[in-house]
Amino acid sequence: MAVPRYWREIPARYNLIGKRCKVCGRVYFPPRNICPVCRRKSVGQMEDYKLKGTGVVESYTIIHVPPPHFEGEEPYIMALIKLDEGPYVTGQIVECDEKDVHIGMRVRATFRKIMEDGEKGAIYYGYKFVKEEE
Amino acid sequence: MVAIVGYGAYVPRYRIKVEEIARMWGDDPASISRGLGIYEKSVPAIDEDTATIAVEAARRAVKSAGIDAGEIGAIYVGSESHPYAVKPTATIVAEAIGATPYLTAADYEFACKAGTAGIQNCMALIKAGMIKYGMAIGADVAQAAPGDALEYTAAAGGVAYIIGKDGIATINETASFTTDTPDFWRREGQPYPGHGERFTGEPAYYRHITNAANLLMEKMGTKPSDYDYAVFHQPNGKFPRRVAKMLGFSDEQIKHGLLCPIIGNTYSGSAMLGLAATLDIAKPGDRIIMVSFGSGAGSDAFDITVTDAIESYPRQNIRKMIEKKQYVDYGLYMKYRGEI
Ligand SMILES: [Zn+2]
Repeated sequence: MAVPRYWREIPARYNLIGKRCKVCGRVYFPPRNICPVCRRKSVGQMEDYKLKGTGVVESYTIIHVPPPHFEGEEPYIMALIKLDEGPYVTGQIVECDEKDVHIGMRVRATFRKIMEDGEKGAIYYGYKFVKEEE
Repeated sequence: MVAIVGYGAYVPRYRIKVEEIARMWGDDPASISRGLGIYEKSVPAIDEDTATIAVEAARRAVKSAGIDAGEIGAIYVGSESHPYAVKPTATIVAEAIGATPYLTAADYEFACKAGTAGIQNCMALIKAGMIKYGMAIGADVAQAAPGDALEYTAAAGGVAYIIGKDGIATINETASFTTDTPDFWRREGQPYPGHGERFTGEPAYYRHITNAANLLMEKMGTKPSDYDYAVFHQPNGKFPRRVAKMLGFSDEQIKHGLLCPIIGNTYSGSAMLGLAATLDIAKPGDRIIMVSFGSGAGSDAFDITVTDAIESYPRQNIRKMIEKKQYVDYGLYMKYRGEI
């Protein structure tokens, strides 16, 4: 990942800051500058919106052969999560046994190291998910 | 007046037992456990470091205190395991709690007492009227060479304090004692620390803590029996008990804040986590003395009185958080530590 892109995405990656269309109220994450429903009417009407970071597992997969930069973490769980405000995000679920993860499981966002750009490069942080404690 | 407005702590979920490490090196688990006064220690997950631990603690502190993070005017992160040699952990924390961009921030280093140095700086900024709130964090993922005696205690955890004018506990006074004492060090670029073996006790830990504590009590006109609780830096389970006895404090006064036997030495987090566990159970009017220690060497002592505001404060229950744990074996421990 390039450092400028990471830097631009810090509000979204650290704090799940998306956009809310002031015309129809829909929430978008990752952030969008135009609402695909309201289109032209939404120009200038998209405001920053911080998502709570809570949601439900819609589907998941166990990664046994990870892409570069993620070696050593396998096996790990990647899940499609429906956030309570509506948007879907893909994220890793940590501190959860692969036998315990299930569709419908409540999760919340936590702050973790996503990857290191080698031994000399930048360290990228962002959200991952853990099981929500009752 | 200067006070603790809020606090938040984070200890990673994984634990390794002393007997598991002893088994690996052919040591006798019972004598190690007895000698160090520790049963198990916390282990960070593969994707946890000082920055992620500091962020978790800071977010909990902001949430419990119920303040707007934008009003935090200073953030200091004390650690001896900052993820970058150059690039502050404090900016990562500031961004992650929404305190940017109108604040000052810096990382501190002073072995295990960099976090309490941060509290003192926040106190000074508050007293000077320069900021409304300051945040001081002590967090570490402590490093120890495999097979070194430190491997039994080097643990991970962190705690964040929000300092302001009024809050749940008034900081009445602080006093420090600092000398150049080479009891423990890590050279630039080296992965693991070195230490002066038996040199670490008398001239370092005991001398600095007793001097700082006595100086503080002299300033305040107090004696050990005036305090309901006492918290000392916890490099193991033994040293804090012994220094308490040397100063005239009882086991009863220190037991609530003594977390080392169940989580290990969280370095910059150590004394500050003990204070947080004590605030978890303290009542209005209770008086607490906390004394940190950092190798190199120095101690910061604090005289604290709990206020009525603690009654309505949503306390975290750090001991309950610590109970939620999962054991790892030595192989998984090495993997999480990035050794294999
Ligand atoms: Zn819309």
